[in-house]
Amino acid sequence: MAAGATYNPISTTTLGSAQSSVSFSSFSGYTDLLLVTNLTFSNTTNLFFNVNSDTSALYSNTLIEGEGTTTVSAQQSGQTRISMGYGGTTAGNRVNHYINIMNYSNTSTFKSVITYVANTPTDTLAQLGLYRSTSAITSIQLTPQIGNFATGSTFTLYGIAAA
Amino acid sequence: MWWARLLNVISGLFGAPTPVSTTAYESIQTVTVGSGGQASIDFTSIPSTFKHLQIRATARGTAAVTSQEQYITYNGTSSNYYSAHLLYGTGSSTALSTVSTYTTVNLMPRLVAASSTASAFTTYITDILDYQNTNKYKTVRSLGGFDANGSGEMDFMSGLWMNTAAISSINIRPSSGNFAEFSKFALYGIKG
Repeated sequence: MAAGATYNPISTTTLGSAQSSVSFSSFSGYTDLLLVTNLTFSNTTNLFFNVNSDTSALYSNTLIEGEGTTTVSAQQSGQTRISMGYGGTTAGNRVNHYINIMNYSNTSTFKSVITYVANTPTDTLAQLGLYRSTSAITSIQLTPQIGNFATGSTFTLYGIAAA
Repeated sequence: MWWARLLNVISGLFGAPTPVSTTAYESIQTVTVGSGGQASIDFTSIPSTFKHLQIRATARGTAAVTSQEQYITYNGTSSNYYSAHLLYGTGSSTALSTVSTYTTVNLMPRLVAASSTASAFTTYITDILDYQNTNKYKTVRSLGGFDANGSGEMDFMSGLWMNTAAISSINIRPSSGNFAEFSKFALYGIKG
């Protein structure tokens, strides 16, 4: 028997003005989280992802990216955040991130983040990010590497509960 | 549904943090591996009331290697009816592969294993599409991989089970050894 409906919208943030960061901190009671963005920046820049306000060098990632004519794979280790890929400033060319934060509240494993990025003007990207801590994730921080998120950018957090 | 919206309003009045879901996405069964590991994961008695299935997994292998393959089969069938394609990146290179040699199983994203960084787990999201349809072969797709702070792999995969039977059970197993303690496999149904 099915255990019940899930995939609940937890909260949505729509920026009424340019903002230098967006955070989420109230999402207990689920197994996985999905954070969906639709955004532009004040500068062409990278999206940084942190959890628990932790900026120590506990983050790493492996990615694969398609840029129209080529594929690229890259890796970063010992980082102070996970880089989620570049986006631009053109209002009509928004970047979408689908950030799956897996098994986020368990205290036995390091935390993995599966991200799919649709940046239509330039590339598409998928990556596996790692946070080398067994601590439960209790907050999420998104920050542009340079400048601000633009007005009208949206950030929606969903919770998925396992039986 | 009006009653769910009403319950959300009521729960909101009392400060409840979790709204009542009105979605068509339901949790069916979850397996969490205990101490000592587990050779395979079986989802049996899958309800026929959904359109698609999704598996969300966090898994690690016990084989004495840095990473290993893992496989999925349906309805207990391991005949020559499976194929797969994959696109993956290792951090330094990308590759494409048709895994026609794996005719008895579908591949899944590569499993980080015992010789790699402790506490690092492979994670993936796998969709099994139109699993009840008896007029189609069954397609599975996966997105996932692992990172171990300096090594890792990111995988896109699609697999085909060349059988028109409705899927009623799913088996997932590592290529050798067990799934390690704390591995977790959650099966969901999506209505259509």
